[in-house]
Amino acid sequence: MKNNLKTQFLEGSRAVSLTVANIQPDVISAYPITPQTHIVEDLAKFKAQGKANYEYLLAESEFAAASIVVGASATGSRVYSTTSSQGLLLMMEVLYNASGLRLPLVMTIANRAVGGPINIWNDHSDAMAMRDAGWIMLFAENHQEAVDLHVIAYKLAEEFNLPAAINIDGFILTHSFESVIIPSKKDIKKYLPAYKPALGTYLNPERPVTLGALFTPDHFWLEKRRIDEDLKNILQVFPKNYKDWKKVLPSESPIKALLDDGLVEYCGPKNPETLLIAMGSIVGTIKECLKKDKKTGILKIRSYRPFPAKSVKKIIANCKNVAIIEKAMSSGANGPLYSDVMSSLSGFKGVSSNHIVGLGGRDINIETIKNIIKSAKRTQTKFW
Amino acid sequence: MSLKNNKIKNPVTQPGSALNNKTGDWRTEKPIIDPNLCIGCSRCVKMCPDACMLMKLDKEGKLKAEVDYDYCKGCGLCASECPVKAILMEKE
Repeated sequence: MKNNLKTQFLEGSRAVSLTVANIQPDVISAYPITPQTHIVEDLAKFKAQGKANYEYLLAESEFAAASIVVGASATGSRVYSTTSSQGLLLMMEVLYNASGLRLPLVMTIANRAVGGPINIWNDHSDAMAMRDAGWIMLFAENHQEAVDLHVIAYKLAEEFNLPAAINIDGFILTHSFESVIIPSKKDIKKYLPAYKPALGTYLNPERPVTLGALFTPDHFWLEKRRIDEDLKNILQVFPKNYKDWKKVLPSESPIKALLDDGLVEYCGPKNPETLLIAMGSIVGTIKECLKKDKKTGILKIRSYRPFPAKSVKKIIANCKNVAIIEKAMSSGANGPLYSDVMSSLSGFKGVSSNHIVGLGGRDINIETIKNIIKSAKRTQTKFW
Repeated sequence: MSLKNNKIKNPVTQPGSALNNKTGDWRTEKPIIDPNLCIGCSRCVKMCPDACMLMKLDKEGKLKAEVDYDYCKGCGLCASECPVKAILMEKE
């Protein structure tokens, strides 16, 4: 390895909390909820041990935690929070305000099923509940990617004044141990400068402004359109930002990708017969399954919002079957990822199928993936 | 308003800028004052919840009520309170 990058064997939550501590936010507030708990505990511990000098504010609920970081961010500080499942739903009102007020919150979501019935295991139904909140939404496949995406998320969030959520699969990533390189404060500083918003864009008595006051019908839609435009503009700069970060912290993936622009990553043959599309840790399982498969490729969506429709379309264009594998559903319609992929594919003549897997932590193993590939020749929505 | 400056992304408004929001178009009914009937009692000024009633001197130096249509939302309180029925509500 170049530089003095040290590989450590760490729990996912520890990797995230060490990275967040090195990013040096000014204010952290979070409320513990399984499976995000270890991240909160670590961050509180770092503060208690004097290893970090962020403000750590105890909150009485997720709604309060989110409100605290929105308030802190509105005064121009770098902030961080983290949650899961029901906690995220309790934050929902604040999430829309964070994007509407253009505050660069960064939040880790340890993805967990939304009840009821109560379930603490992993799926993506919590993330999909905030899909339309105007946030940048990134999904990590493994520990290293989770670490990388946190730094990249701060960079994008602060540049575009939009909040960002990094989704890491609950338990599968948060509670497992993997080799990971934690970037030092110095490494991060090279890529992510200190957050200094311009006077007049945040709450400061030196230049008083009101943030998010009444917008009449004449102006409200323009603000919403600006959020949409800026989210889509991120698609243009993401690849460069991703590459820049990879220069600072070059971590190699064991399976070489044929294409990786940051937004999406494609592994597999040049012209796959069947293309699998998925997000998050399940991509690791799929890659393992495809090691001996010369006809199937896997497209990982790393940036779900903004949705990289062009990159997806380019890769799908020449394949026969497309199977969208997702850990969430939109009851009464297709899966959310399926809808997004299909809406970006005008004129696709192949077969597309939707596979809802792993709801509430249901195990997805290599056999499941093999069966999905087999059933991808037929248009259908199937639960596994 | 922030919209004029594309560099500022946050929806910030400057202090004292509430008057930029002309809220009169929320109205469905419009108060019309008959100056011949108005006795200048200024009861409507005290009643208006949005400070849209103004008293002004006419050519003869008599006090008459006037409506600020930029902000009047057409609630009709003035028409209902006018002791001489000098204010009529008309459909916009």
